[in-house]
Amino acid sequence: MSQKVLLSSKEINIILHRLACQLLEHHLDFTETALIGIQPRGIFLAQRLSKILKEDYGVKQINLGLLDITFYRDDFRRGEKTLEASSTKIDFLVEGKKVVLIDDVLYTGRSIRAALTAIQSFGRPKEIELLTLIDRRFSRHLPIQPNYRGRQVDAINEEKVKVMWKENDGKDIIYLVSK
Amino acid sequence: MSELSVRHLLGIKYLKEEDIQLIFETADHFKEVINRSIKKVPSLRDITIANIFFESSTRTKLSFELAEKRLSADVINFSASQSSVRKGETLIDTVNNILSMKVDMVVMRHPSPGAGIFLSQHVDAAIVNAGDGAHEHPTQALLDSYSIREKLGDVAGKNVVIVGDILHSRVALSNIFALKLQGANVKVCGPRTLLPKHIESLGIEVETNLIKALNWCDVANMLRIQNERLDISYFPTTREYTQQYGVNKAILDGLDKEIVIMHPGPINRGVEITSDVADSKQSIILNQVENGVAIRMAVIYLLASKIKTR
Repeated sequence: MSQKVLLSSKEINIILHRLACQLLEHHLDFTETALIGIQPRGIFLAQRLSKILKEDYGVKQINLGLLDITFYRDDFRRGEKTLEASSTKIDFLVEGKKVVLIDDVLYTGRSIRAALTAIQSFGRPKEIELLTLIDRRFSRHLPIQPNYRGRQVDAINEEKVKVMWKENDGKDIIYLVSK
Repeated sequence: MSELSVRHLLGIKYLKEEDIQLIFETADHFKEVINRSIKKVPSLRDITIANIFFESSTRTKLSFELAEKRLSADVINFSASQSSVRKGETLIDTVNNILSMKVDMVVMRHPSPGAGIFLSQHVDAAIVNAGDGAHEHPTQALLDSYSIREKLGDVAGKNVVIVGDILHSRVALSNIFALKLQGANVKVCGPRTLLPKHIESLGIEVETNLIKALNWCDVANMLRIQNERLDISYFPTTREYTQQYGVNKAILDGLDKEIVIMHPGPINRGVEITSDVADSKQSIILNQVENGVAIRMAVIYLLASKIKTR
């Protein structure tokens, strides 16, 4: 097994600020916007973006939610293991809001398909966008593309993109791991 | 742990402590789901579940059916009173006929103890025991412990007394197993005639004085007198039973501390508890009913995930 660094801590920081600015350009004051981090790994990115928007760009109030998609996945009973759920925490109405789904890696698109179904349980959003830090090109199983992307990566199926966050894994770094 | 150690839920006796914790953690997520405006998830859309009830039930049957529907399973219902069982068909034949219609899971209530275990050895489907005679009622015990955990933070170390007709109660036996497994202290309380002999061998204590039992406990689980199972007279009159083992507001107010009152239902108001107790702040009876749906969703979800796709 070998791994190479895709993005360093410094590069991640620059990309996060660019993504924050792109969000700002489209959503301005964020009163009618909801940022939804997809469990389990998308929540770190969502929380980080929300922090940057508040601290560096003076956004006062951000609707930040965490969405678990386990019960909406299409591979229930198809793998060896029982799918384990995480918590969902959305303490505002998404009805009529502009929702931005946030996940760290966009690969087959199946998680996003599940998230699109799951978010409907909380109301009818005005529109839904997708933000992803790493976009693995040419590997989609579904017609799903991000509105905001950090970095596009060409990776073959045997390779794995590993995103690590300071608050969870000790440091910010992204690896491309091959078997 | 992310997987149950069993393929069927036949009784608490067959579960490990980690199984119970996994069911509770999964139920936490489902409890959040059933409090949304859209209370349904699509997980079990390719699973068919048969609810087979050879004994009457309202709460349990409704709760199971609701849990199954909220998981998007297809549900068929079967009551013995309207079926070929009346015409002499055996249990295995009845169930195999239902299974040949491609059913994946059977939820069964039966008057004979061990009926679920017997069935699990003879048919190819996941079996959930929804009560087998005076033996076990595992989902009830799970939701009872879950409600204690929700109210008091933890089950371990808590003092729980089960009051009433222990002899004929499947709820009592499943609760004893579940509570002991989680490290609670358990006493049973009732007239000697309604306490099984040697029940202490389960690692619990017997107390025939209600006031002493209530002063000792954090939680009192009040059971109904199972009149339909009383073949002989176990106590002189209902009135006398109520005087010795019924809980009323005066008794509750006279205790040293505020205890939690539970009841698996159906309540015989004025017999084992009075209305003002059943409807008091200390009662979590309706929370138990709400938690029942979340617990049954968790059990069905976890068992269904072990059924492989055909």
